[in-house]
Amino acid sequence: MPDGAGGPVLEVTDLVVCYGAAVALDRVTLQVGHGEMVALVGPNGAGKSTLLNTICGILRPAAGSIRLAGRVAQVPEGRQLFPDMSVEDNLRVGAWTVKERNPAWIYDLLPKLAELRQRTAGTLSGGEQQMVAVGRALMAKPDLLAVDELSLGLAPMVVEQLAEYLKRLNAERGMAILLVEQNARLALDICPRTYVLEAGQIALEGPSEELRQSQAVQAAYLGGRAELMDS
Amino acid sequence: MGLLLQLLLTGIAIGCGYALLATGFVFIHRVTRVVNFAQGGFAVIAGFVTYSALAAGLPHGVSEVLAVLAAALVGLVVGVLIIGLRDTPPLAALIMTIGVGFCLWALEVAVWGDQPLQFEGLGGVFAVAGVSIQYQYALIVAVTAATFALLALFFGHSYLGKVFTACASNPYAARLAGIDVRRVGIIAFALGGGLGGLAGVLLLSLRSLTFDSDVDLSINGFAAAIFGGLQRPWLALVGGVVLGIFEQLIAGYSRASYQKAVSLFVILAILVWRAARRREQT
Repeated sequence: MPDGAGGPVLEVTDLVVCYGAAVALDRVTLQVGHGEMVALVGPNGAGKSTLLNTICGILRPAAGSIRLAGRVAQVPEGRQLFPDMSVEDNLRVGAWTVKERNPAWIYDLLPKLAELRQRTAGTLSGGEQQMVAVGRALMAKPDLLAVDELSLGLAPMVVEQLAEYLKRLNAERGMAILLVEQNARLALDICPRTYVLEAGQIALEGPSEELRQSQAVQAAYLGGRAELMDS
Repeated sequence: MGLLLQLLLTGIAIGCGYALLATGFVFIHRVTRVVNFAQGGFAVIAGFVTYSALAAGLPHGVSEVLAVLAAALVGLVVGVLIIGLRDTPPLAALIMTIGVGFCLWALEVAVWGDQPLQFEGLGGVFAVAGVSIQYQYALIVAVTAATFALLALFFGHSYLGKVFTACASNPYAARLAGIDVRRVGIIAFALGGGLGGLAGVLLLSLRSLTFDSDVDLSINGFAAAIFGGLQRPWLALVGGVVLGIFEQLIAGYSRASYQKAVSLFVILAILVWRAARRREQT
């Protein structure tokens, strides 16, 4: 259960999402508390991005409910920046739902972006692009930041730095974060609570420390090969 | 030589009008991926509104501005009809724009009748290197230049312009960034309506105005728009001007009735060229 104050910022109940006849998510229930940092891990094709896209309103559920107590913004898988636009313009378009469109506060938070503000996004390194994607999502002043595959295609040092930014955001600004990751080690390291999604269903949930000790998680995600659903 | 110069200058002016129509096609297509064949209808609506406003005693300038605003409003309504529903496929939306075009015909016949009407543009002529040119042609070129300058400012410096560019660049990424792409698409329809309306008030004072004048305008605007692959407004301007010049040269040195075939030939040639190029690339 979420340990953040004031109840959950996100409450997903019995969510079902289908692509035609294929069921991508099957009665998924999940909560994220205010100011909480939660990980969602699972193998390729488990439905993690589908869940995130449904929470963010990109996909429509076939059944179940999603209750959001505030605004959600997404850092999408693969960054999805606008490569021909400057860093500053990429940041500003993220503020579509709010009145404040000056990215100065993002530059305070992520000073590297101030140096890159006039560069076109397509010319940046993967890590810099990921930072722009995080900054763009923050421009919407979300209560919940949904991060899809933070580490995808990035060097370990860059991932570490980005993970630090997320932890700071969570600690200093009290922003709730839902981190979707294939890199279970990273997710378990930085999020106190974790859900494990397999074949469209929540297979396990609980404090990350406990899950880290679980043999099934260790076998499936921290070095072994066993599938949780079979264990 | 005098005839050639006259045909060139007239062609540039007419082509600028086509470019305005084409730019409407481009903006709508870039954001929504819909080819809006009701684009010529916006021009005709603006023409009829100008006719009625002038007939009601409103002065020039006011009448034309009203007409452009009316066309933009019609564009907005058409946008809501075409893409207001979530996930309408672009092909279905394209067919709907043709249907909307027929609805506009019915509306225009009901309000203004089916007989040709005419309204006055800017009167008078001036001489360029011994060739007489109507002031209306100079007005079309000046308004087109001002419109493109304003559009460059809009896309280069305004927030909405940046959002338009983002939606055009990658609609999926724009949705992920929290942008309401459908709403931006509806605004694109309004902008396309306004540009079509502008073309209508400028071009339709040079010819008779009937409910079906939109067919020629849509074909010419589309031909100019596909010059830039329905993506680039500046290439649409080039396409419009080239088309306008060709039309005038053919009308001047051959038969006037052949000029209508020019745009159809251009459309066919560009589509065949693009298909051949795509085959080469694959």
